[in-house]
Amino acid sequence: MIAELLLNGIALGCVYSLIALGFVLIFKATGIVNFAQGDIMMLGSFFGLTTIGLWGMPYLLGFVCAVLATAVCGYLFNRLLLQHVVGRPEFQIIMVTIGLGYILRTIAGVVPGWGSLPQRFATPFDGKVDVVFGMPVSQERLVIVLVTAGLMVLLFLFFRFTRVGIAMQAASQNKTAATLVGISVPGVNSLVWALGAGMAGVAGILIAPITFVYPGVGYVGLLAFPAAVLGGFGSLPGAFVGGIVIGLLEVFSGFYLSEWVRNAAPYMALLAVLFIRPSGLFGVRLQKKV
Amino acid sequence: MSGGRLLVDGLTAGYGRSSVLNDVSLELDRGQVIALLGANGAGKTTLLRCISGLIRPTRGSVSLEGASIVGCAPHTLIRRGIAHVPEGRQPFPHLSVRENLLMGAYSLPAGKAATQVLDLVYHYFPILKERTRQLAGLLSGGEQQMLVIARALMGRPQILLLDEPSLGLSPKLVGTVFSIIRRINEEQQISVLLVEQNANAALQVATHGYLLEHGRASRKFDAAELLASDEVRKSYLGHG
Repeated sequence: MIAELLLNGIALGCVYSLIALGFVLIFKATGIVNFAQGDIMMLGSFFGLTTIGLWGMPYLLGFVCAVLATAVCGYLFNRLLLQHVVGRPEFQIIMVTIGLGYILRTIAGVVPGWGSLPQRFATPFDGKVDVVFGMPVSQERLVIVLVTAGLMVLLFLFFRFTRVGIAMQAASQNKTAATLVGISVPGVNSLVWALGAGMAGVAGILIAPITFVYPGVGYVGLLAFPAAVLGGFGSLPGAFVGGIVIGLLEVFSGFYLSEWVRNAAPYMALLAVLFIRPSGLFGVRLQKKV
Repeated sequence: MSGGRLLVDGLTAGYGRSSVLNDVSLELDRGQVIALLGANGAGKTTLLRCISGLIRPTRGSVSLEGASIVGCAPHTLIRRGIAHVPEGRQPFPHLSVRENLLMGAYSLPAGKAATQVLDLVYHYFPILKERTRQLAGLLSGGEQQMLVIARALMGRPQILLLDEPSLGLSPKLVGTVFSIIRRINEEQQISVLLVEQNANAALQVATHGYLLEHGRASRKFDAAELLASDEVRKSYLGHG
């Protein structure tokens, strides 16, 4: 029983991690706290519904197309909207992201084939169970964990070894210096938005069989917020671990305490972290030597 | 690399309503090292920021090899051959020394070109080669200063704009940094526009100099002329 709860918690946590990672990436690069991150995840769910469910693409192809579509949306959000408010007071920028999320939910409600009623699309893993170490394990959950792990590795390699990945870090560490070596900071930031949105898109497609697809599903994505704070806002490994912790916390508190606690637990953890250790689990700052 | 020719003509610029630069003109010829001397707040940094496109002048022109570069997006200037090392040592602190340097070559086509320049830069700054895997934020002040100059060189510029490279360095390190600047200028034919409060050090390297006072620039002097001038000795060299 505990093993099953553990897997459920980790799988849910993986989804939160993906959303939180995208969220932290965007925050680190642009300084924007993106409250639309959950709604971008919702877009991913709907794109998956469209490519796999409505158009009947093979799962893998539909998956990739939906993620790309979500990434393109992220790119455009920065290009058309957020790039133009960078430098304004934080409050205004936050309102822009909240407004963007609201608009996305509204649009999702009226697009033909989408709508406000929960829907689902078939996956190759529906109801299938694998046996791992002698325990029955739902394939759906297993795929979530494996895909997330794979993405983490790819992400690490991307930031460590590719020119664009290093340029993204450079631009987030010092905009002036990045500009002067020839990096177009707004351009790179749009790519970061694409990446962050793409990750939320992956989360949206993976979680669709569990939560179903409807405009409000993005509220699940808001849990990326406590996950990111828990990990020490701005730390990528922290966001990952924070997501897993939140997932486990939800599943275990839901089972051993009550459904009410389940929904509030992540936010109670958020408050606890802010009071006890505001820098989070991984909030280490590199001191600048003079 | 053959140093470019930079011409600043009638430049006026400021932040908001207050103007920091007033009708400033100067020229940097191929292969020269020009020292721009002036007190704190005289507008030296603003002038460099105008040249590299980080701020837009309200009036006047900046041209490179006869072509105007006012209004160019700042990230495109390095492709035209202008590298700006901003004041206050600004490495990418969480990247390694090597990654910092490779980012300096971001404007070059990817691949072999960058590693070739890397060898050249390590030749001038052997200490950076020793520190190649260290995080830039953990380097000493002097090493960081060398790193940001080296990073600027990675873009294969014709013109190097240096903003207060001596700031916060020990006299011995100032000597080291300036002698490297001189060697780079002589051996790579890179023109240098050097903004300094440390006139003594700057005039050891410079071929020519300008004085910038309250946003206005003097005529072009020979470095020797400035070193000998009573006014400069009193105001900038710290002995009367």
